[in-house]
Amino acid sequence: MLNTGKSESNLIESELGKLYAIWLREFKVFLREKSRLIASTFTPLLWLFVVGAGFGSTAGNLDTINFAGGNSSGISGIDYQKFIFPGIVGMSVIFSSVFFGSYVIWDRKFDFLKSVMVAPISRTTIFVGKAFGGMTNSLLQAAILLVIGLLIGVNYNTISILSIIAIILLLSFGLTSLGLILGSFIESLEGFQLIVSFVVFPLYFLSGALFPLKNLPFWLSILTTLDPATYGVDALRSAMLGITGKYPFGTDIAILFLSVISIGVVGIFSFRRMKAI
Amino acid sequence: MISVKNLVKKYANITALDNLNVDINDNEIFGLVGPNGAGKTTLIHILATLIKPTSGTAVVNGYDITRSPSKVRSSIGIVFQAPSSDDMLTGYENLKLHSFLYSVPSNIREERISEVLDLVGLTDRKEHQVKKYSGGMRRRLEIARGLLHKPDVIFLDEPTLGLDPRSREIMWKYIERLVREEKISIILTTHYMDEADFLCDRIGIIDKGRIIALDTPSELKANLGSEIIKLVPTINDGKNSESITLLNGKNYYGIVEELLGKFDFVKNVEMDDHENETLVIYVKNARQNLPTILRELDNNGIKISSVDFKSPTLNDVFLKYAGRDITTIEDHAEGGFVERYAQYGKK
Repeated sequence: MLNTGKSESNLIESELGKLYAIWLREFKVFLREKSRLIASTFTPLLWLFVVGAGFGSTAGNLDTINFAGGNSSGISGIDYQKFIFPGIVGMSVIFSSVFFGSYVIWDRKFDFLKSVMVAPISRTTIFVGKAFGGMTNSLLQAAILLVIGLLIGVNYNTISILSIIAIILLLSFGLTSLGLILGSFIESLEGFQLIVSFVVFPLYFLSGALFPLKNLPFWLSILTTLDPATYGVDALRSAMLGITGKYPFGTDIAILFLSVISIGVVGIFSFRRMKAI
Repeated sequence: MISVKNLVKKYANITALDNLNVDINDNEIFGLVGPNGAGKTTLIHILATLIKPTSGTAVVNGYDITRSPSKVRSSIGIVFQAPSSDDMLTGYENLKLHSFLYSVPSNIREERISEVLDLVGLTDRKEHQVKKYSGGMRRRLEIARGLLHKPDVIFLDEPTLGLDPRSREIMWKYIERLVREEKISIILTTHYMDEADFLCDRIGIIDKGRIIALDTPSELKANLGSEIIKLVPTINDGKNSESITLLNGKNYYGIVEELLGKFDFVKNVEMDDHENETLVIYVKNARQNLPTILRELDNNGIKISSVDFKSPTLNDVFLKYAGRDITTIEDHAEGGFVERYAQYGKK
C-alpha cells in the first residue's frame, strides 16, 4: 500500500481528489459522446422554434392572453416564444439531469461501477461526484440554449447570468439526484426509461414551462405547487425576462433550495444502500 | 496474508459458499480452481468486500473483511471477470482515475502509471480509447489498474476467460512477470486446468462452495498415481463377438483388476465413466511398465484393441475429488460495446 498513516487533512484532500476524479470522468465522457449532446439540444430547439413560434402565432392574436402577467409587472407584449424560453431551458435541465441517472445503469452493466465501489471511496463521494458531473452536463446544454436565446431577443446582464447559472445548478442538482436515486435501484435501462417518463414529463408539464401559472384550475395549481421544477422555471423566468413570476424570486430560490437539498440527502442514502454487485 | 474462516454465503435457494476454510500465504500464486458456479467468484467478491458473507469471516492483509472493509479495499487490487474500465476514456485516463480513487500520492502518480503501463506492455497504446483495445489488452489494462496502488495482494478472476490462445499465453507471461517484479500475492480463479497448473504455486480445488483438495499442482497430481493408462481390451477366446459384449460388464473389470493388482506399480484400476469399454489404470512409470501390463493381460487371453497413456492433468485431479469431469464451459463473448450490449440484453 502506498498510503499508510495519513493525517486528517490528507484524508480530506484525498477524498476531494476522488470527488474530482469521479466528476472529471463524467465530464470527459459527456464531451466525447457528441451524439448525446446533439440529441439533447435538438429537442428543446424544436419546442422553442416549432411549438414556440407555431403556438405563439395563434396566441399572439388572442389579446386576452397576457403571458407576462403584465398586471403586476407592467410589462406586456412578451410574445409566447419569449415567454416559454425560460421554460425550455428548464426543460433541458429537467430532461438531461434526470436522464443522467441512467448512466448509473450503464456503469453497472459494464462493471465500471463495481470497479469504483471496490475502491476505498465512500458512497457519498461517488454520489456527489456523479451529481456534479450531471450538473456540469446540464449547465453546458443549457448554455447552448442561452446563447440561442439571444437570437429571439432575450437580453442578459452580469447579474441575470449569474442568477441563471445558480438556478440551473440548483435545479439540476436536485433532478440529477432524483435520476441517480432511480438509477441506484432500477436494474434495466428499459425500466429506467419507463419510470422516467412517468417522472420527467409531469415534472416538465407541471412546471409552468409552457403556460402561465396564474388562473389555473384548482387541481392543476395544486399539482404545479408540488412540482419542485416549478420554482426553478419561475425563478428562471424572473431572471431572464425581468418580470415577477408567480412567486417572488427569493421564495422561488428558498423553496428550490430546500427541496433540492432534501432530494440530495435521499440520494446519498440511496447510494449507501445500493448493492455493489 | 489471507485467512478464511467458516465462510458461508447463502442466496435465496442456493448455498454459494458452504463453510469454506482456507489460508493463503504471502508471495504465492494461489489458484482457486473449479467449474462455473463452484463459488470462486463469490469467494473473491466477499474477500474484496463487495458482498457480505452470510456467516463466517476472513482476514485480508490483517484486516477483517466485515469490520474494516475500507482498509481491506486499500490493500487489495482486483481484476474482475469482465473488463470494467471505461470504454470512452483512454487507458491512461482510466489509470489516472483509479490513481485518485486509491489516493496514490500526486508526486508519484505519473511515475506509477508509467510503471504499470510498462509492466503490462500498454505504454504505446495509453492514449487510445479503451473501446479500441482488444480483449487481451483490456485485461492487461485491468491488471495495470489493480497494481497502481501497490497492493499486497491482487485478485484475478478468470484472467484469461474468452481470450484466444495467443492472448492467453501473453497474459500468463505478464502474470509471471508480475510476481517476479512486484513481489505480491496473486489469487486467481480459473476453470482452465492448464492455466492453474502452469501458474499456481498452490491450488485449492473448489466445488459446490467447498475446498475439496488443496496442495501444489505436482502433489495433487502425484497423489493420483503418477500416470494414467487407458486401454480398451477384448478377449480372444476364438468365438464370436458375443463374448466381447459379456466383457463390458463388471466381471471383466474384476478379472483385470485381479490380474494387475499384484503389481506394485499399479495403484488402481477403474472403469471409465464415459466409455464403458475403457479401463483406466493408475500406474507408476507407465513408459516402463506398460509392456508388462500388456503381456500379463495377453497371457491371460485378454487382447488390447487400443492403448493410451498420459501424465495426469489437473482435470484428472478434479475428476477424482469431485467425482465428475469439469463440464465444458461456454466462454462469454468478449469485445466491444455491441457485444456487451447484446449480452446485457440476455441477462
